[in-house]
Order: sequence, then structure tokens, then C-alpha cells
Amino acid sequence: MMPTLYAARLGLSRGLAEFRQSMASWDQAFNIVAAIAFTTVLVFQRDSRVEDSTVSLAGATLPSMLGMMVALGGLIGVASVLAVHREDGTLLRAKAVPHGMTGYVVGRLVQTSLDTAVTLAIILIPGLFVVAELRQAGLGGWLNFLWVVVLGLLATLPWGAVAGAVAKPQAVFGLLLLPSMGLIAISGIFYPIYAMPGWVQGIAQIFPIYWLGLGTRAALLPDGAAVAEIGQSWRHLETLGVLGVWAIVGLAVAPAVLRRMARRESGSAMEERRQQALQRVA
Amino acid sequence: MGQTVIEVRDLRMRYGSVDVLHGVNFTARRGEVLALLGPNGAGKTTTIEILEGFRIRSAGQVGVLGVDPAHGDEAWRAKLGVVLQSWRDHGRWRVRELLGHLGRYYAPYSTAERARPFGTDELIETVGLGDHADKKVSRLSGGQRRRLDVAIGLVGRPEVLFLDEPTAGFDPHARREFHDLVHRLSDLEDMTILLTTHDLDEAEKLADRIVILAGGRIIADGSADALGREVAGRSEVRWTREGARYTHATDDATAFVRELFKQYGEGVAELEVRRNSLEDTYIALVQKHESGRVEQEAPTP
Repeated sequence: MMPTLYAARLGLSRGLAEFRQSMASWDQAFNIVAAIAFTTVLVFQRDSRVEDSTVSLAGATLPSMLGMMVALGGLIGVASVLAVHREDGTLLRAKAVPHGMTGYVVGRLVQTSLDTAVTLAIILIPGLFVVAELRQAGLGGWLNFLWVVVLGLLATLPWGAVAGAVAKPQAVFGLLLLPSMGLIAISGIFYPIYAMPGWVQGIAQIFPIYWLGLGTRAALLPDGAAVAEIGQSWRHLETLGVLGVWAIVGLAVAPAVLRRMARRESGSAMEERRQQALQRVA
Repeated sequence: MGQTVIEVRDLRMRYGSVDVLHGVNFTARRGEVLALLGPNGAGKTTTIEILEGFRIRSAGQVGVLGVDPAHGDEAWRAKLGVVLQSWRDHGRWRVRELLGHLGRYYAPYSTAERARPFGTDELIETVGLGDHADKKVSRLSGGQRRRLDVAIGLVGRPEVLFLDEPTAGFDPHARREFHDLVHRLSDLEDMTILLTTHDLDEAEKLADRIVILAGGRIIADGSADALGREVAGRSEVRWTREGARYTHATDDATAFVRELFKQYGEGVAELEVRRNSLEDTYIALVQKHESGRVEQEAPTP
């Protein structure tokens, strides 16, 4: 157990180092563009009311966007990094070092968590200036929010890892981003879910994005705002249940898929993919 | 001679219905530099990947430091250094930072005889990256990047170092420096080094022993000299007599020349005996093997 623990500590320093590197890189351009876009949406939604409630549309959208970003970070962030690391040999390097895989996985968890925190802060800080309602959330509300974020990461991150373990970097976009966009559109993130036909609402409620948005709204909005939700309730138990099931199944499946991926990784496999990638470009 | 560190017995590898290795045998002793030489597609990388534990063999026995690589644990892995053909990872890390980080994984495996990891700065100097220690990895030139790969392979002060085509893409100067480095490592660290190359010249300069692999079979195994003697048996004798030029190929040049003088004495002039170079030997061997394989695999009606 001790060597694993030692490697996990090295993973922590790896995660911190890679987070620092990412902060100093062009990765952050995406965060800034997203923040500007989201703040603009909030400014336009500021004066619209959510039907039958005291909350402005912007007030409902901001927590939903935060929930959505947790899901995107857990799924697409992890998958695209993993797919790239498979291609460039980072994973093989981890495999060549004693307990390197443990260090690598812990590093990924640390970096994804910190990245998510930064993304949330970048949206939240300007958002709080636009949306008055969230300033009344209180300490309890923010603690609840933290739990939803952690649970949301647990529910999405293992699936992002599974996708990154099986897909090529170029395929991550089509495999994850497009379906995620579709789900975002029907999951009540930018406008209330009751605008959708019943069967579409049903589909949305299978996936974590809807429940993450609901969970973050439940944490940060006043109780009266629940009238705009399905069943006019925050459905805390259902949120915990659905996200919990995604997390448990994901955490059960991901290690096996990752181990299988790591086992199959070799220099020639990497070289073969590289040649294929070069041919696609040419 | 030291103990056996790498042992390969009747190693076979089959992908689908294609046999890539047909019963390969060789051994390497402690401190030995062994070159696995062969044309592209000969099975060199497959062999080295099986020894590294990155690929599971189809059949045969393999031992590296007395352990079957298919079941090697992390303590076993800590004794190996691996340098693959193409690595483009960790581009955002700085050279010193990356070597320091990866080295720390080896610290629990440090022993009295073998302090692990290698000191980061010492290692950077050893591979000649002193001026680039604070550079981002993505900013290194091809040759510098390769030296970093070698440094990472060395960071755990391995007992066995695997180098797959280590000097591909090196200019002649970098190549010579790299050769010096390999010599120093095998002498000072008592490291067993297995390298693959398709460059005969490199194998000859670096290796104590050369194993030639072609079409998944070992077709020769020995020191550069021994290989030269073994297969370069045929020499070419040229001379002139009474203004005419003669050429004769023979297995025993000495006996032939003795006979020549006995017969013509003073009449022999401009005598020249040319033994096949190792390169001729190598090309002849590979050609012989490949033409043999074509005959074997010729379709039967």
C-alpha cells in the first residue's frame, strides 16, 4: 500500500505542475471566451422572469451554467487530455515508471478538479455582478453547491476517462462534444426544461447534465424558485440517486477500461497511430 | 563474464495468422552492450517490447533480471530503463522539472549499491543538455529531445537499458556523442544495454555483441569480429601477371596466395587481397535470408 500512497503523492505534485502549466498557456483563452459569452447571455436574460417565480431567467441560468461546466470538464476535459496523452506517449511513459500509472491518474484527478474550479470562478465572479439573486445564497447554499460539484465530477469524470481511453483525439469531439451539446439544449440549462415535450424531458433526465444543473440551482436559488422545476420540487434525493448511479457505475467500469488501455499501450501501437494521423493530414 | 541478465528462448510472436518471430534465442550478460540489428520489419521492436513487458508473447521463455516480463511487478520495472522510438510527451514541462519529477518515482527502490534516482543535474550534464535544463521540452530540437528521452530512460539508474533506434534522426556529431555516452554507461554503471538499430556501423561501434534479426529469425550472433570471420570467409584476390589482370574469389586466401607464388614466383605483381567488410557480410546475410524466405513462401499451385 505504501508505494501506491507515495506514487499518489507524486501524482498530486504532477497535477499541480500541470495545472500551473495550463494556467500559463493558451488553454485559458477558451475560459475567457466562455466567460465573456456566458456573461453576455446573463446580461440579456437579466430582466426576464422565470414563469410563476420570483427568480430572473439569468438567476436560473447562472447556476445551471456552472453545473453544465462541471459536466463538460469531467467528460470532455478528461477525455481529450487522455486521448492526446495516449497519442503522444505520456501514458506509455507512466507505464514505464514504477507506479507511474497511479501517479498519472491522481495527477489527472487533481488537474481536472483545479481546472473545473477555475472555470467555475471565471464564470461565477462576473456573473455575481449581473445576477443579484445568487448573492443571497448564504454559506449553506455554497456548501451544498460544493457537494453537487464534487458529486458531478465523480459522475462524469470516469466516463470522460472511458471515452478518452477508447477514442482517438480527433474522435473525442464527435463522440462527446456533439452529444453533450444536444443534451445541454434539452436539459434546462439555458431555458427551463418544461419548454420541452415530455419525451424529450424524459431523455434529458437520464443523463447527469440535467441533474447537475438542477442540483446547482437547488443549492444557490431561493426555495420559491422550485416552482419552475419538474414536479415543482428540487428533487434532492433523485439528484443524489441519478448522479450517484452514474458515479458508482463509472468508477466500477473506468479502472478496468483504463487498465485494458494501459496494457495494450506500446511503442509500436503509438507509432502506428502516429503514422495514421500523418496520413490523414497529408 | 557476468551473470545472464536477458534470456530469450524460442520466442515466438504471432499477430493474427502472421508469424513475426519464429523462435528467437539469445542472451545478454551483465554489463554487455548487445545490438539487435536488422532491416525494417525484422521483428526488432516486437522483441524489445516483449522484453520491456509492453507486449505479451505468443510462445517461448523470456527472462529479464530473472523475471518473466509478462508478470514483472513495479520493483522489477524500477530496475529497467526504456527509450522508445518516438516520444513527444510532456511538451509543457521543463527539462529539469520533468527529470526531477520522474526520478522521484524511483526513490523507494534505492539500494546501497545503486542510489536511485540519478542526480538530476548530473544526469542533465551526462546527456549534454546542460544549456537547456530550463527549456520547455516542446522547444528542444529533435536531437536534444532524443537525449532527454535517454536521460529519462536513465533516471532510475537502471540495471538494464532498452534503446529502440536511439540515434534515428541524429546528425553525425550527436551520434558520436551518443556513442560515447553508451560506452561510459556500460563501463561505469555496469549497465546491460540492449539496443536496436538498422545501422550496421552503429552496431559495430557500440555493441560487444551483434544479433542479426531478419524476417523474425536470428541469422547471426556474435562479436563484430566473429561475424566478420564467420561469414566474410570469401575473400577476393587480385593480381597481375605478364600484363594481364586476374581476379579470384576464395575461402582461404592465404593458401591460394601461397600456391600462386609457388607456381609463378616473381611473375606475380600488384597483389591485392580484399576480405569482405562486415557490411558486405550483413547485406549478403540478409539477402540470402530474404531470397530463401521467398522460395519457402512461394505459392504452391
